[in-house]
Amino acid sequence: MFVFLVRRLFQAVMVMLAVAFIAFLMFRYLGDPVNNIVSQDATQEQREEVRQRLHLDDPMIMQYGRFVANAAQGDFGMSYRNSRPVSALLAERLPATAELVLVAALLSLVLGIPLGIYTALKPRGILSQGLQILSLIGISLPTFVTGILLILIFSVWLGWLPSFGRGEVIDIGWWSTGFLTLSGIKALILPSFMLCLFQLTLIMRLVRAEMMEVLRADYIKFAKARGLRNKTIHFRHALKNTLIPVVTIFGLQLGGLIAFAIITETVFQWPGMGALFIQAVNFTDVPVMAAYLVMVSLIFVIINTSVDLLYNVIDPRLRADPTRASGRGA
Amino acid sequence: MSDTSFTGRLRSFADSDLFYSFRRSKTTVIASIALALLVFLAVFAPVISPHNPFDIAGLNLLDSELPPSWQEGGNPAYLLGTDTQARDVLSSLLYGLRISLLVGFASVILAAVLGVFLGLVGGFVGGIADAIIMRIADVLLSFPAILVALLINGVMRGILPANQQDSAAIVVLVLSIGLTNWVQYARTVRGSTLVERQREYVQAARTIGVGPLRIMLTHIMPNVLGPVLVLATINLGMAVLTEATLSFLGVGMPATQPSLGTLIRVGNEYLFSGIWWVVIFPSATLAVLVLAVNLIGDWLRDALNPKLR
Repeated sequence: MFVFLVRRLFQAVMVMLAVAFIAFLMFRYLGDPVNNIVSQDATQEQREEVRQRLHLDDPMIMQYGRFVANAAQGDFGMSYRNSRPVSALLAERLPATAELVLVAALLSLVLGIPLGIYTALKPRGILSQGLQILSLIGISLPTFVTGILLILIFSVWLGWLPSFGRGEVIDIGWWSTGFLTLSGIKALILPSFMLCLFQLTLIMRLVRAEMMEVLRADYIKFAKARGLRNKTIHFRHALKNTLIPVVTIFGLQLGGLIAFAIITETVFQWPGMGALFIQAVNFTDVPVMAAYLVMVSLIFVIINTSVDLLYNVIDPRLRADPTRASGRGA
Repeated sequence: MSDTSFTGRLRSFADSDLFYSFRRSKTTVIASIALALLVFLAVFAPVISPHNPFDIAGLNLLDSELPPSWQEGGNPAYLLGTDTQARDVLSSLLYGLRISLLVGFASVILAAVLGVFLGLVGGFVGGIADAIIMRIADVLLSFPAILVALLINGVMRGILPANQQDSAAIVVLVLSIGLTNWVQYARTVRGSTLVERQREYVQAARTIGVGPLRIMLTHIMPNVLGPVLVLATINLGMAVLTEATLSFLGVGMPATQPSLGTLIRVGNEYLFSGIWWVVIFPSATLAVLVLAVNLIGDWLRDALNPKLR
């Protein structure tokens, strides 16, 4: 287990260094940073002076080292467009995205698993078949089209829910939360539903397929032969084994949720990191792009590494430690 | 026995397992008809569309925001209504479909060519080249495609001078989608190349002194292309969707040369003024297009998978 942990952490660090290198290349070579600082009619000497002051004439490897050291302390420089520190911009946008993704992730689990179980247990029911068709449509509809439809129905026609913004937020320290006000919660409903829809259908289909497979296994037949009640068989014996792949897919898809939050935030004008990133792409605000890239990669790497480790704990067959796998180490 | 004339080939295709399984699957037949219709409309858009949406002189602002012709206040000249600048929705939709399909096909071709080549090199040459290609592929795969495409898009916009961004938008889009999606092709082709290069015909070619590039392209490539076709079909839906998403986010096609995604973005701004037809019709077209391509792709994957026969 220890060897596995160390190897996995080493891989994670390597990926982060590679991402930081890409971010550094963008930062350094996408347009001349000096041009973004000095005034248009600065002389060549003034430019050289700025260049030296910012250490932009150092060897590349030293500049890269400094970039990584600064990034590790959360310093990504100033935004070209807003003239504010990038870290402050990201920090004030983080809570909005985090709350949106969290709610969407929970929704997809809370709705997806029961629906999956239901469609697996009653595959011929009308409701199940309807759900299957709905899920096919849900996967095929582009997410922003779903969002627009939701706005059209629930905001424009029915007028029940707000179509943009976070509603009223309450500041707790530097974190601003929309969970504590009614308007905040109402504002969350449509965006989080739009964001979770793809993952919801995915989890539903996965649980359904796994459950149907497990229900054919021998140990389920034996459980039936022993005369256990259906409820016990389905929820105590079958469900447990169904959930193993769900953990992996869920973990991997969390990253997808963060990426797709970019689209949701654009549709609902949600003041999160994704909306900030789109602005940065539009105006080639390189420091913001680089910082977003590093930050999102860090989240991805943390999720992927923890899923791998978690998987190791859940499924004993996969333990990489050879002594354990052969049963001697336990 | 084998008849190589065109009708002969057509007949042997009609007798094949593939065509049989195609006829048996009703959804696939319907999806194919829908896709064929959309492609036809896109190709002949300049002929079919009743108005030219880019001809500013032909616009009459009195005709702006007209609802579809079957609704009260609709004008039969504008079947699907007009937008806020009196452009015919049906005509902009047809031109938009054209651009969406063009970007979709072009980026799939780019991704396939790049992926097949890198996969062949990785599998055949091996060593450092293989290691580098596959590590890049691993890193790309660990990020969602849309994020990678956005990033490439942003970098290329940074390189281009501001006044050329609109005219180069289509190239930027094709590059950012193509450079994101080559990984699957490369992995598949590399896998089959590793198997093929052990075969006798490759050894025979080597013995008589055929160069490595020629072995890769004329000997191995024809034998590893099968799965690539399936991948390309499945990928087309993804590519069209990615293009629409980028355009919707405002970093794709400009409003002067709109794709379906751009039309949806522009229409979305007027959602609250109640002119739903400007946004609903492009959205529905996009949804039908993606659904049709995905259904055909799924069928092709299952039909060519010997395990499912």
